[in-house]
Amino acid sequence: MRTTQALFKLRGSIHPEYFKGLARDKDIVAMPLPKQLCVSMAQHLGAPAKPIVSKGDHVLKGQRIGEAAGFISAHVHAPTSGTVTAVEDGPTVTGTLALRVVIEPDGQDTPANALPPIKDWTTAGRDTILARIADAGIAGMGGAGFPTRVKLSPPPDKPIDTLIINGAECEPYLTADHRVMLERAEQIWQGCEIMRSLLGVKTVRIAIENNKPEAIKAMQTAIAKADGDVAICILKTEYPQGAEKQQIFATTGREVPSGGLPMDVGCVVENVGTTYAVWDAVVNGNPLIERVTTVTGHPVAEPRNVLARIGTSYADLLAFCGGLTCDAVKIVSGGPMMGIAQSNLETTTTKTTSGLLFLEASRVPEYTSMPCISCGRCVVACPMDLLPAELSNRIEAGDYDAAESLNILDCIECGCCAFICPAHRPLVQHFKMGKSRVILKRRQAQTKS
Amino acid sequence: MSNDTQPYFIVSTAPHTHSGSSVRRIMLDVIIALMPAVLASFYLFGWHAVRLTAVCVLGCVGTEALCRRLMGRDLGIGDLSAVVTGLLLAMNLPPALPSGMALVGCVIAIAIAKQVFGGIGYNPFNPALVARVALLMSFPVAMTRWHDALNPARWLGFAWTVPDATTTATPLGLVKTALTMKQPLPLTWDNSTMLDYLLGNMSGCIGEVSALALLLGAGYLLFRRCITWHIPVTYIGTVAIFAAILRVVDPATNMPVSFHMLSGGLMLGALFMATDMVTSPLTRRGQLVFGAGCGLLTILIRRWGGYPEGVSFAILLMNALTPLINQATRPGIFGQSRKKK
Repeated sequence: MRTTQALFKLRGSIHPEYFKGLARDKDIVAMPLPKQLCVSMAQHLGAPAKPIVSKGDHVLKGQRIGEAAGFISAHVHAPTSGTVTAVEDGPTVTGTLALRVVIEPDGQDTPANALPPIKDWTTAGRDTILARIADAGIAGMGGAGFPTRVKLSPPPDKPIDTLIINGAECEPYLTADHRVMLERAEQIWQGCEIMRSLLGVKTVRIAIENNKPEAIKAMQTAIAKADGDVAICILKTEYPQGAEKQQIFATTGREVPSGGLPMDVGCVVENVGTTYAVWDAVVNGNPLIERVTTVTGHPVAEPRNVLARIGTSYADLLAFCGGLTCDAVKIVSGGPMMGIAQSNLETTTTKTTSGLLFLEASRVPEYTSMPCISCGRCVVACPMDLLPAELSNRIEAGDYDAAESLNILDCIECGCCAFICPAHRPLVQHFKMGKSRVILKRRQAQTKS
Repeated sequence: MSNDTQPYFIVSTAPHTHSGSSVRRIMLDVIIALMPAVLASFYLFGWHAVRLTAVCVLGCVGTEALCRRLMGRDLGIGDLSAVVTGLLLAMNLPPALPSGMALVGCVIAIAIAKQVFGGIGYNPFNPALVARVALLMSFPVAMTRWHDALNPARWLGFAWTVPDATTTATPLGLVKTALTMKQPLPLTWDNSTMLDYLLGNMSGCIGEVSALALLLGAGYLLFRRCITWHIPVTYIGTVAIFAAILRVVDPATNMPVSFHMLSGGLMLGALFMATDMVTSPLTRRGQLVFGAGCGLLTILIRRWGGYPEGVSFAILLMNALTPLINQATRPGIFGQSRKKK
């Protein structure tokens, strides 16, 4: 069998309650077109795309409506055919404003067919494939949304020898990646082969937590005939196995150096959804205009894994899942550990919306934060081996220099420390603030010199 | 479309879930863990143990509430930390100590050793130990007037108020006197004395004598993951190693290892006082250093110091070093101990 156990244990981790059972066994269902789609130009990490359509234009499904603005950026496409009713500022998932294109679907779903399918990608050539991935607007669908083209074309001085496919899905509640692996294993493997040839690597590790035995089995079948060093790497179920640096460590034993990138240790990590999107873009010529989002939480009438067009409002997603059976007090875009709380349901899905979580009052207890009692649990839980307790005290005292020397910039904001803290200290909040202050300080120092 | 039935949704930073742990729960666990030793002290020392425990717990909680109120802050007694301090202080007192002196100890522990520094989390020294040492300095006679456990008079309430009539020295006290007087070691050490010491049938502070009850409680704390093995094992281990060395070098003036393990406040100190989260190091490595330091100082004071027992001083001294140890034992972070295949 092509399976290996993870080579290395995480340096720190937590074991939250997972609640994956809510949606784990629900097939991916395609959601009918909503009345309106609001496609944000800020879909990914880096510069938002520049809209290239205006109000009144008629667009076709898959037509480019936003142009990548800069190197770290990605194109945005119309999720269906219809009329542009507005190009305006709209709320993003982080609460800021960004330009968005509002489309009223015409119900025809007429495809633009702008990208011809590349059936035989093995002979198409590296540049053609890379151009296709860029043209399809693919960005990392695991969370950060890093433009995939950039990731797949590392500079020549960074040799890559391992491709890691991230199917850990370590966030509680979320099951989108699980379902994608289960239902689209063969396509994921094809996408994987495409990326493998782009990078010229032999070694592929598909990392899956051991709480997803069905997905492991499906992927095993898919890679049965693969050649080269290809294996499913079974990870222990603990959070944060899906974090990029932790996953590289677990599967290869390599540590991404402080301040470095996966390519510094010869690795590229791609999410399973992204891998599927690469296959779909290359072989079928489909730009990235839809994704699987888990709509879940105990208040949701029918938790589901929904295949929805990008730009679908959270309200429409919830309605498709039968609405709420009891009051929810918190809506989280993403998982409970790193997701972003939403003040309303007007926000729309993007390429990175892996889940939409509704929490009832009993799961959102209110805490008053206390002084740190130095129990040291955060130090044990931190997967980056930082000292969250001390960092938080320093930041509370406004000592950002000390925070910097305590390596605050290495914090991955996974939330393990805050999850475990008996004093309920707002650790992640402190670190987010501290990081931005340290980065600002560095920038100021740079402009001065 | 906004949700009409909802007045608002809570917006806060991730994570949106919590392990459910709390300071209160930790303190409650410590209280539960102390119960075997507290009950043992009631049995062994009778009414006086009950009296001291009640005075100290009420005194500490009262002082805490009063201090917080004077400072215009919320009462803060809900976290139960003052209860823990009260219990620990009582366990560190000799049975016949007058209630008034115990109350002075409560005020020192909470007002001076804790609230002056900012309350829970900010105190550099273990409050109960500060109070114990302050009492030892202030009331040297009362603090070293010992009574045998299981004394038939122990349930007669005021039976021990007649000074010196029934007092005995602690085992460590006897050894210390013999050492200073250059006399031979005063104690016979056989299996039956060892059993007595294990169960707590000797003189000493009310909560320190029963090693068995303390170990039972520590087992619970380990099970609940409120403490880890690092400090207790290195502390007791270091004492054992040095006691063994001394015994080998000079058996005539040094008691055996098991005597050092079971006498005095070692178990109480190593299991419950040195493991105090606030005043001990943050990292595992730091805790190993801390435990070893406590052990070394304890045996040094016991053998060569001016006091028969050194646990309180050893822990307080190491408390003072905790910030330094924290600084010296910072872990190398992920990505800095870079190892490439």
